[in-house]
Amino acid sequence: MGFFIEVLIGGLLSGVLYSLVALGFVVIFKASGVLNFAQGSMVLLAGLAFVRAQAFLGETFPFWISVAGGLAFAVAIMVIVAWLVEKFVLTRLINQSSLSLFMATIGLAFVIDELSQIAFGSEVYAVKIGIPREPIIVLTGLFDGGVLLNSVDLWAAIIAACLVLILVVFFQKTGTGLALRAVADDHAAAQSVGIPIPWTWLIIWSVAGLIALAAAVLWGTKVGIQYSIVFLAMKALPVLILGGFTSIPGAIVGGLLIGAGEKLAEVFIGSMIGGGIEYWFAYVVALIFLMIWPQGLFGERLIERI
Amino acid sequence: MMTVIPEPAPGEQAFLGRQVAREAETILDIENISVAFGGVRALTDVSFDIRRGEIRAIIGPNGAGKTTMLNCVNGFYHPAKGSITFKGRKRAQMRPHEAARDGIARTFQNVALFRGMTTLENIMTGRALKMRANFWQQLVRAGKAEREEIENRYLVEEIIDFLQIEHIRKTQVGVLPYGLQKRVELGRALAMEPDLLLLDEPMAGMNLEEKGDMCRFILEANRHFRTTVALIEHDIGVVMDLSDRIVVLESGRKIADGTPDAIKSDDRVIAAYLGSH
Repeated sequence: MGFFIEVLIGGLLSGVLYSLVALGFVVIFKASGVLNFAQGSMVLLAGLAFVRAQAFLGETFPFWISVAGGLAFAVAIMVIVAWLVEKFVLTRLINQSSLSLFMATIGLAFVIDELSQIAFGSEVYAVKIGIPREPIIVLTGLFDGGVLLNSVDLWAAIIAACLVLILVVFFQKTGTGLALRAVADDHAAAQSVGIPIPWTWLIIWSVAGLIALAAAVLWGTKVGIQYSIVFLAMKALPVLILGGFTSIPGAIVGGLLIGAGEKLAEVFIGSMIGGGIEYWFAYVVALIFLMIWPQGLFGERLIERI
Repeated sequence: MMTVIPEPAPGEQAFLGRQVAREAETILDIENISVAFGGVRALTDVSFDIRRGEIRAIIGPNGAGKTTMLNCVNGFYHPAKGSITFKGRKRAQMRPHEAARDGIARTFQNVALFRGMTTLENIMTGRALKMRANFWQQLVRAGKAEREEIENRYLVEEIIDFLQIEHIRKTQVGVLPYGLQKRVELGRALAMEPDLLLLDEPMAGMNLEEKGDMCRFILEANRHFRTTVALIEHDIGVVMDLSDRIVVLESGRKIADGTPDAIKSDDRVIAAYLGSH
């Protein structure tokens, strides 16, 4: 039983990282109706910007300044990218179909991948932000030997929880949030009530950039910043299908389910068929969900009149 | 022809007449506007004006350029030629959100609501421009943000009362019947407290009763809130009852302009509608 709990909790916590990436997809989808294929690339860019700036500052300044400076630099980079994307890609596609916008983000993904590696290098960089790496053992009284937890995962969970809280309040309770949801629903109508679309896009891509940075730093602490992080980010897609593309809580719950599901499946089912199912388990779950619950657990269910 | 508006008493008519005369200031002046899409000339040298406080109808057969006209006024299209003067200022190329900021609200031919939001939220978006508190104040609901929210909610509730849609305040608009969606859309436009309200076929697809209600709302908005209205409508009976003046377009050109009585007896209008020459 202790082992089961340990696998479950480990899975849930690593699912938090999927959730973080999925969150980036959700905010952009919520606010512009666009599935941003470049979200994974933004994670890579944010991570590289942070790691390299921190390494550069670390040569002359104390550790905490290098971390703060690295974060500030990465934030600046993500806002600039948001501005460029808005200025040169999205604004030209206002009132176009969301398929055009989706295609644009695919192109964008490759551009960001390549440019960020040209600018910041393409090796594997370790992230050190002072999070203790020693595992924590809890519940020793309850189970024999206790339950082993990864402290990086715990931090990720705390940061993700804070982010979600802020984002939910932002979307549901502020005028800006309402404007963003309006733009997602209907460009023309949003413009007609006086919402400047380019401005809302700048905001939302910046927010997505910040979420990407959070994901990159936490993920980087576990596996280092490297190009393959782009593919890890694709795990967010099954998460979105489970949780619904427009729901912030959905991204979290979806991430947790996928994280826990694939770890449990790997350990308990994988052992029967020779293992290795962790990598595709999420996609199978997503496929089943698409068939029986296409709008996801928390997605907006739109009823079309015909 | 339908009669939905009670015949005004002689005194009321005189009062309205005076009012129009007193407020005869021009709010929107359109001069020689031309718009073309590729080879299709959607509008050719169209000029007309809208006076403050009136209900101005734009009518014409399908494809006459009526919606194109509204799209020019609220900045979706930029006319290749001609000028638009709004509230005394000649406008350069203006984007839709700037037109909205300037006091132009509109509804759409195919209802353009925020389908994922409730009625209340949809109408609240009409107040988006009036929010002055900054983002952080809104986030924590402090000071100015809270006062603003209360003021805005008060006005929105007033509009909801006025349009008699209290029962669907918390309903997602996507599931509402068409007639109610049109009403919510009108509410969102009214929430902007516009100087000029553009209505693109506000009664399309409605039954007789719904049309009657909509007519009443438009008239009330015009009389009590002093909202200037420009509307496109196909139901000639409604148009004749509602409007102070009518402009008639055909194939992108203006063929007549005047009071309902003058339009009713205009030979070119009759020819355009009956298709005879």
